[in-house]
Amino acid sequence: MDSTLPLLILTIPLFMFLFLGLLGGKMSHKLAGTLGTLGMGTVLVLAYTTAFTYFFSGSSEFVNAAGERLQAVIFNQTWLAFTDKLVIKLGFLLDPISAMMLVVITTISFMVHLYSLGYMRDHHGVYERGFQRFYAFLSLFSFSMLGLVVATNIFQMYIFWELVGASSYLLIGFYYTKPSAVSASKKAFIVTRFADLGFLIGILILSYYTGTFDFTALTSIPVDGMADVYQVSEQTALNVKGIFDSAAASTFMGASVMTWALVLIFMGGMGKSAMMPLHIWLPDAMEGPTPVSALIHAATMVVAGVYLVARLFPLYLMEESALEIVTVVGAITAFYAAMVACTQIDIKRVLAFSTISQIAFMMVSLGVARPDFHEGLGYMASMFHLFTHAMFKALLFLGAGALIHAIGSNDYTAMHGLRKHMPITHWTFLIGCLAIAGIIPFSGFFSKDEILSSCLGYSWVAYLWMSMVAGLTAFYMFRLYYLIFWWKEHKTPEGHHAPHDQPWTMSLPLIILAAISCVAGFIPFGKFVTWKGESYDFMAHFDWSVASVSLAVAIIAIALATVMYRKENSLPEKFKNALPNLWRWCHHRFYWDELYQFITHKIIFNCVSRPIAWFDRHIIDGTMDSFATMTNKASEFIRPLQSGQIQYYVWIYLIGALLLGGVTLICLL
Amino acid sequence: MFSNILIYFVVIPLLMLGGLALCRNIKQIRAVAVVGSLALIGLSTYVLLEYLAIRAAGNEEPMLFTGSWTWFAPLHINLAVGVDGISIAMLLLSSIIVFAGSFASWQIPQPKAFFLWLILLSTGVFGFFISIDLFTMFMFYEVALIPMYLLIGVWGSGRKNYSAMKLTLMLMGGSAFLMLGLIGIYYHSSTDSSSLTWNILDIARNASIDKGWQYFLFPMTFVGFGVLGAMFPFHTWSPDGHASAPTAVSMLHAGVLMKLGGYGCFRVAIYLMPQAANDLAWIFLILTGISVVYGAFSACVQTDLKYINSYSSVSHCGLVLFAILMLNTTAMTGAIMQMLSHGLMTALFFALIGMIYGRTHTRDIREMGGMMQIMPYLSVCYVIAGMASLGLPGLSGFVAEMTIFVGSFQQGMTDYLAGHGSLRLVFTIIACCSIVITAVYILRVVGKLLFGPVHNEHHRELTDATWWERLSTATLIVCVAAIGCFPNFFNNLINFTFSPEIFKVLGLN
Repeated sequence: MDSTLPLLILTIPLFMFLFLGLLGGKMSHKLAGTLGTLGMGTVLVLAYTTAFTYFFSGSSEFVNAAGERLQAVIFNQTWLAFTDKLVIKLGFLLDPISAMMLVVITTISFMVHLYSLGYMRDHHGVYERGFQRFYAFLSLFSFSMLGLVVATNIFQMYIFWELVGASSYLLIGFYYTKPSAVSASKKAFIVTRFADLGFLIGILILSYYTGTFDFTALTSIPVDGMADVYQVSEQTALNVKGIFDSAAASTFMGASVMTWALVLIFMGGMGKSAMMPLHIWLPDAMEGPTPVSALIHAATMVVAGVYLVARLFPLYLMEESALEIVTVVGAITAFYAAMVACTQIDIKRVLAFSTISQIAFMMVSLGVARPDFHEGLGYMASMFHLFTHAMFKALLFLGAGALIHAIGSNDYTAMHGLRKHMPITHWTFLIGCLAIAGIIPFSGFFSKDEILSSCLGYSWVAYLWMSMVAGLTAFYMFRLYYLIFWWKEHKTPEGHHAPHDQPWTMSLPLIILAAISCVAGFIPFGKFVTWKGESYDFMAHFDWSVASVSLAVAIIAIALATVMYRKENSLPEKFKNALPNLWRWCHHRFYWDELYQFITHKIIFNCVSRPIAWFDRHIIDGTMDSFATMTNKASEFIRPLQSGQIQYYVWIYLIGALLLGGVTLICLL
Repeated sequence: MFSNILIYFVVIPLLMLGGLALCRNIKQIRAVAVVGSLALIGLSTYVLLEYLAIRAAGNEEPMLFTGSWTWFAPLHINLAVGVDGISIAMLLLSSIIVFAGSFASWQIPQPKAFFLWLILLSTGVFGFFISIDLFTMFMFYEVALIPMYLLIGVWGSGRKNYSAMKLTLMLMGGSAFLMLGLIGIYYHSSTDSSSLTWNILDIARNASIDKGWQYFLFPMTFVGFGVLGAMFPFHTWSPDGHASAPTAVSMLHAGVLMKLGGYGCFRVAIYLMPQAANDLAWIFLILTGISVVYGAFSACVQTDLKYINSYSSVSHCGLVLFAILMLNTTAMTGAIMQMLSHGLMTALFFALIGMIYGRTHTRDIREMGGMMQIMPYLSVCYVIAGMASLGLPGLSGFVAEMTIFVGSFQQGMTDYLAGHGSLRLVFTIIACCSIVITAVYILRVVGKLLFGPVHNEHHRELTDATWWERLSTATLIVCVAAIGCFPNFFNNLINFTFSPEIFKVLGLN
């Protein structure tokens, strides 16, 4: 494939960032917004073309005679050569998952660009301060995220990984005069940075043993007779494992070194994908503007961890224990986040915890995927869920944004009964809820069902556990839905407009995403994205028994939510009083934030940094100063010898002469 | 003598000194400073291009543009010059920072005297980087240090006398060690006592310093230069000195002078005494490893902007020495990159702090806030400098740190698997932790100083950057981004130097 299109996909957002960042202040708000949106629109078209070419052109670069999809390195430019072998390249890898991610990212990003044209202004149509900056940062984010998914080597991924982190930092802290936004952005950056430390060390270990950063060298074999075309192969991963096993130190503290490397790399993924216990930044990240939450903290950046594991999946397959860790972390996080989501008051926080829970679903799905069960169904299910989740979660967030825009508060207690005033938002939000709850025929049903099937293939414990979480998901989503759109509406204060639907720039993305959420489930995903590239029939793996059970669970959960929350009643209160401790712990997110607060402030700041600073000023510097003081003292001590009094000098002279004389005498004798 | 291009790195500053002496008003002084520093940038760029051209033509001499002129024959003292990729990188860095520093001191009081001392200092710096004769090198080193005392003592702020005295005395203490070391090297520079030499290339070629002497001379020189490189526990001059120094002096000092330390450690201590470097590295690895984390932790709780940056410099410069001691091509290349990167970004930091201090008259972050609303240009620059410091890809800090970590880790694992102990490995991982701590203190400052509500209502009347301030900071930012975006250029420039000489001696890769 010609490298022009892929190159443009990366350079247009970068150019837009520099252009809007440097010159944004000079142009009008409207122009900056329009240019940003048009730029992203172009990228959208280019990315769709690229993905379409990849999936449907049938070119021998992309698919072999057996119908297996291949990995094509479109371009790969050396950026920094550490040694002859360890070279960071910047390139463009096109394979099923990167092509799919191109579609996801550009779609959501474009929707958010469009939506923000309406969202980032108040009811009088006045644009927010820093509107141009907002579009510049969005472009920076899109650039970084696109660079991340098309990375040809793990270090390129790390580079863009850091860049998405930075753009997320900038966007969370967009309202920089608000102290809560500033501390949220700081928290997000530092927590993910901590995770990235693990990622970095993991990369260092992996690259030391294998002598390469390239994904293709780690997971695939070159295809004969073609330059820069590779096919995912277990054989390569097996070789990598062989390299590790034959090394002098193949185990470290009871686990194999390769497991260590993969777990440390996964730690980076845990940070970005907000897996427990590194999830604490994501709920706070909701301080950013809502379109940002939709783009970065729901649909794209937070799935980077899933993408990372998927990218290195053949290696993870070689180390069952690393995959088990992925599964366990995912399963615990999924349940935890779902529990917490049931008790939150801020609608964006409910959605944030729901995001954590859904990403954990994807992680579990990768963790339980095994080639011997339906050719690695879990892998496909994970990517499928990533796709559908991106659409319906962006929809829910943008819907929440519309509500917040109309009401001016994040708190659902300020909303209630909005279904009549905001019909478009209501219907699209309902579709989003149905999709995430897993009701047929909305998209979430299909992808979640695949995940549950693959869990069942792994173990029934995982299946039951995840089904329970799926039930909780349906429950908290419909709790949220009823609390916002049902109940008795608040009286509009005198002199205020009643809440109403939004301008077309905001409605259109909602409608498009709702439409996608309705039909995305019917995409035969197995034909496009599988871990080794072979395509298989999707319906062959569709297990109706699993599907009907999960459907039943979802319907029961929705029914429960309907009983408890459709109208104002005392049931929720009774529930809360029946289990007061559980409710309190859930409401306070199991006190993770307090724990971190304690560790960072009480321990790191007060017990490490302050003593070090004190030690430096008083002990080290004190010693240096005391050298000077000692010199001073010594010179003061000998100063009287040079008093200037001639009598004193004579006196000293006489004593000296006598002493010398005495000594000479003694020696002579 | 004047046919050698390198001599002009000393001649131009000397001409500037002469020009400054003749100046009558501030405009002329500024003109001399700007024209002179532009000429230096031009010269270093020209040397860079020439150098690359000659290398491309296949010349593999360790040093190019060499020249040697006898100064005092009985003691074999020559004025010997020559450069390799590392020196050229340092010359470029110095000329850029002198340029930016001139603009940062646009409105300094008593400009004539100030610029005289400042340019004298630069003469020393440039002379040091072009010298390959230990004696002249040491002479230029001293020329660079002494003016610091006056620059801080006269134009400084706060406890300036104390700081100036402390800085000078500690660095002089370092020089004392260094002088002992250099004289020792001289007396062992050749097996034949009639052909003793100060020339680095000759000494390296002779390799005649026996192991016992190396064990004595290596610590002498390493500590001597290490004091200037802010090595723990000899770093305490740095916070006080920087805090009291005027803007341009802080810039030059942190940006260039501290690099003299790192450069000297490499060029003299390790280059000439590789066996001792190999055997004794562990002592200094521990010290520099401590520097890296210790400086970063200390920076976390400081409240004075300049103290934060000084401790951050301790951490970053610690990483330079740490990487040099890995004795591994990649890590050492990273060390030089880190010197470049740290020089530029710390100069940027100190320039910005000086500009903010000049407006608010305070450097205490507790007394400031919301600067982004008041001086957006300076604040954005501060964020960029911060991002460079915490290692954002696309800016210089990332490439330098990553090169260091990759190189150190390779060396650490090799040592560990070969049964040479896990010290390098453990300290590499400890050093890696600094990327997190750096993020903590940088974001803390950025959050408190720039974001949030305006803390002091009087600050609302302050103005944003003037044109000369914009020029000064923009130059540095462009350079930081250039290294960050095109690292391989600098990597190749530096890397070429390492392969031939020193590693043959070491018997390493």
